[in-house]
Amino acid sequence: MKPEEMKLLGYRRENGRYGVRNHVIILPVDDISNAAAEGVAKLIRGTMALPHPYGRLQFGEDLELTLRTLEGTGRNPNVAAVVVICIEPNWAKRVADAIAETGKPVAAFSIERQGDLRTIEAAARKAKEFVQWAGELQREPFPVKDLWMSTKCGESDTTSGLGANPTVGRVFERLAAAGATLMFGETTEVTGGEDIIMEQCANPQVAADFKRVFDDYQALIKSQGVDLLGSQPTEGNIRGGLTTIDEKAMGNIQKMGRCIVQSVLGPAVEPKGPGLHFMDSSSAAAEMVTLCAAAGSVVHYFPTGQGNVIGNPIIPVIKLCANPLTVETMSEHIDVDLTGLLRVEINLDQAADKAMDVLHHTINGRLTAAEALRHDEFVLTKLYRSA
Amino acid sequence: MPHNVLMHEEQDDVAVAVVDLKPGDQASAVTLEGKPVGTVKVLESVPLGHKIAMRPMAEGHKVIKYRRPIGKASRAIAAGAHVHTHNLKTLRW
Repeated sequence: MKPEEMKLLGYRRENGRYGVRNHVIILPVDDISNAAAEGVAKLIRGTMALPHPYGRLQFGEDLELTLRTLEGTGRNPNVAAVVVICIEPNWAKRVADAIAETGKPVAAFSIERQGDLRTIEAAARKAKEFVQWAGELQREPFPVKDLWMSTKCGESDTTSGLGANPTVGRVFERLAAAGATLMFGETTEVTGGEDIIMEQCANPQVAADFKRVFDDYQALIKSQGVDLLGSQPTEGNIRGGLTTIDEKAMGNIQKMGRCIVQSVLGPAVEPKGPGLHFMDSSSAAAEMVTLCAAAGSVVHYFPTGQGNVIGNPIIPVIKLCANPLTVETMSEHIDVDLTGLLRVEINLDQAADKAMDVLHHTINGRLTAAEALRHDEFVLTKLYRSA
Repeated sequence: MPHNVLMHEEQDDVAVAVVDLKPGDQASAVTLEGKPVGTVKVLESVPLGHKIAMRPMAEGHKVIKYRRPIGKASRAIAAGAHVHTHNLKTLRW
């Protein structure tokens, strides 16, 4: 299947990007604004609050990452309009201004000198206006080159490296050739395959950028006086037959296929051009998918072996699995059944066709398993303790 | 007989069980392209997704999968044995 054969339908946003969902979100800037945000979402049908535990007394790079993630979430093309709520007016304004750069409707509310109830009333009136406006937006055709998507695997096992991950790699090769913008990452989890990533970098500068973030993370682990035995591979990985981080990494990097790595991105940083980009990121599923969404990905491929059930509130997360035991026992979580690869009934190109067919339907509006099951994990990456 | 273990590369030392293997079974390996690679007698239970040794390996041997070392044998491994955390250690940490 050629990517051009997918008749993609999406919402064209004010900045020319295409979204595949049409959310109106109520975004709290900090933990103590969660209650008001959730209050608004309970009042107004079709809106969604994104509560989270951070945003107060953070500083430096940690603060910047939290704000960039919140701003990026609001900027994501799957989001039609945003209501921002914060305890203090200046932070609310900063986040709202960054979202407003995209041209989409955004309104900021602060709780001090109002209280929750007056804030909720004012924000709910605006949210009602936004949701009625967004309801009239129509999907329109868009080319594959305007598709931004991401991948990250989880609860991997040996079947991930044999089946689900190389299937993603094959689809990514096709999408990259068609000019799509693609992201992967998981800085610690490529330990043992880092030389292969470096060989696939577009030029020596990109390879050096990758080596720097890779070495930084290895140094962080060392500075804590620990190694990652016990965390990498995880208990689930080991139960599924993966023994060493080197083996897990070789499975992980199958997701990049033979794509060229065009740049190395900081966490939640938007890519600046087409092709595959490496994002410096944790390998924890919900953190990584949240960062990808904040960087502008509108749909995510999540290959799994033992059955990670993660989703995301604003981008559809498509589960691909080649493990027959998982597909049988956790069928409600799996979108793409790739067990035929293990039975050698289908080859990788046929598996990629299957994955693209589900991608196509998902983009055009079919809910993923994680969406239907309300898996709305929104998890900010915390770099260090707050002040 | 249909295959019951898969190999990434013909040169690999280990194959992955695609069904639960029992002692005494014959493990019959193919590549993902369906090319037959060889058989070994299963020495011990190997659950679905776990690795089986396709040849004997000495202690310290760098175990090859994906045509690359994925760790070293922490003890001697017989052909047909289960290969996992008890006899394979990372080259890293």
